[in-house]
Amino acid sequence: MSWKMTKEKEPFLSEELHPMDRWLRSERMPHIWCAGCGIGSTLYAWARALDSVGIDRKKVVYVSGIGCCGRGSGYLNVDGFHTTHGRAIPFATGIKLVKPNLCVNVISGDGDLFSIGGNHFIHACRRNVDLLVICTNNFIYGMTGGQLAATTPLGDYSTTSPYGNIEPPFNTPYLADASGAVYVARWTSIHVRLLEKSIAEALRMKGFRYIEVLSPCPVNYGRRNKLREVDAIAKWFWQSSVIKHDADTSEVQIEKGKPIILGNFVKREKPSYYEELKRLEEKVKRAAEAKK
Amino acid sequence: MGKAVLTGKHFWYGDIAIAEGAIAAGCRFFAGYPITPASEIAEHISRRFPEIGGIFIQFEDELAAMAAILGASWAGAKSMTATSGPGLSLMMENLGLGVVMEVPTVIVDIQRGGPSTGLPTLTAQGDVMQAKWGSHGPYEIIALSPDSPQEAFDLTIRCFNLAEKYRVPVILLASETVGHSAGKVIVPPEDEIELIERKKPTVPPEEYLPYKPDEDLIPPMACAGEGYAICTTGLTHDEKGYPDVSAEAQEKLVRRLNDKIRKHREEIVDVEEENMEDAKIAVVSYGQVSRPAKRAVKIAREEGIKVGSIKLITVWPFAENVIRKWSKQVETFIVPELNYGQIYLEVKREAAGNSETVLIPRMGGRLITPQEIYREIKKVSK
Repeated sequence: MSWKMTKEKEPFLSEELHPMDRWLRSERMPHIWCAGCGIGSTLYAWARALDSVGIDRKKVVYVSGIGCCGRGSGYLNVDGFHTTHGRAIPFATGIKLVKPNLCVNVISGDGDLFSIGGNHFIHACRRNVDLLVICTNNFIYGMTGGQLAATTPLGDYSTTSPYGNIEPPFNTPYLADASGAVYVARWTSIHVRLLEKSIAEALRMKGFRYIEVLSPCPVNYGRRNKLREVDAIAKWFWQSSVIKHDADTSEVQIEKGKPIILGNFVKREKPSYYEELKRLEEKVKRAAEAKK
Repeated sequence: MGKAVLTGKHFWYGDIAIAEGAIAAGCRFFAGYPITPASEIAEHISRRFPEIGGIFIQFEDELAAMAAILGASWAGAKSMTATSGPGLSLMMENLGLGVVMEVPTVIVDIQRGGPSTGLPTLTAQGDVMQAKWGSHGPYEIIALSPDSPQEAFDLTIRCFNLAEKYRVPVILLASETVGHSAGKVIVPPEDEIELIERKKPTVPPEEYLPYKPDEDLIPPMACAGEGYAICTTGLTHDEKGYPDVSAEAQEKLVRRLNDKIRKHREEIVDVEEENMEDAKIAVVSYGQVSRPAKRAVKIAREEGIKVGSIKLITVWPFAENVIRKWSKQVETFIVPELNYGQIYLEVKREAAGNSETVLIPRMGGRLITPQEIYREIKKVSK
């Protein structure tokens, strides 16, 4: 269904409220996302998780970068910041450090978080900044028309790899794990309930938490990679996925023809950046008092 | 809690005076990345902030530092970063975001010789046009330029006040010879430092439109966590902050972003005029070069040459009315600057048709001496 057709009909605006309506800026519907896209169900799982943990809507901050997923921060009825390409994490870091009582979330795409924003991602993991980062990984640059991403599987086609991709993709859970994230998980946008549970678990923790959500892009990924039908990628996820909690993240690389490993891979405890910052402040104060 | 405002007399480097000026202005969030000749600002703040409850964070690059100070400001803090040319180039990306989201924040640029890595340890004034036009798209900016550690302290406070008042990133355009020269700095008592805070919304959240300006063209600013469900974006947006990518929305938003600076030009612009009453020659300078410029004017005056000095404290917005006014009396403007002609072109534009404009260019690396400026005054006075 094209955007135009939906707009002309406008059936859903008045009739029935969506169950998650209070989280939405309904006046902004319809959204820009294509049929078959996984961003909507990811945000649905996120909002449900916020409800289940009981987080006050006024304390929720949603920071996004650029791309299809970047537009999400403008659709949710929370403090939403649609920033520059790749810089959502440092922008969110600034907010969280000044107002540590807020629940600060970065929800962005694979291009935003792992190509242009890759450096910020690994350093935020290393510092263990109190952020929940959700990456909707659709293996492609969707907004700009289907160019090669740092997550495109080997051999796949895109508008800038017309003869097939020769670059190995990032295994993003492994990257997060190795860089020091305290929570690392991978789900797909069709595993909505399990994703919701995983997000809720992450929301209850402190430090840098990372969840990768594999997400279909039928229009700009599927159609060039023999996954043209609107549900073809969802079917691929469903048929190929194997849930393996606590899996070794070095073994969860996504390869065509092999099982897609999902699960909650890493959960570890260590002081967050803010806790260390406060500890440092105490140390300095004590030293100053001792001098007096 | 340690003392924030260090009232008294000090002997400080310009970089330290800037750090202390920021602290006195209420800055409690600093994000940066090491770079010569600005690192001393970050070093000093990293030592001072834990004493006074500020947050210092060294980022992986200037892209991140600039993004973080915007986020911090949206959370309600007064925030700052400090860098030099190569870092400023990287910050241009999020400086544009700061302009369009209307975020009060301060960027310190301790200029060094460029282009590129250039002369890391030597002085310059090569970033003047970058400060104005460095990020893409049409926008206005405010930039102040200090000539000494004392003025660096004073103008840093003013940068914060202007940022808060006009909801805009403000640039302190210093240079290596200001950052790395030491001098007397008098810090006034805390209650004598005038501080301006951003306007807050006066309506309940359901009536609040984050980009609906008051008559002064500046919208009141709600911050994250205050219950206003702020919606903000780097896309062209309407008064709700919702993306509106139409030519009409662009015209309305971008015009206001420009006008909120242009229409307050008279309030923002600050110049220091000396010996201008009967001047036929005027030396127009800013930053460190103002010091040799004033010295040269003084020597020439003693010889009876009718020369005056116009020192630009605000580099941007440009003091065009000042130059236009004096161009009716002055026959020649002399513009000494540590680049190949940047403010010179602005002066020339305003003086056109009335007066000549002469440039004393220096690529950077060393200062322009009073003698060099004096010789030029002598030459044009004949």
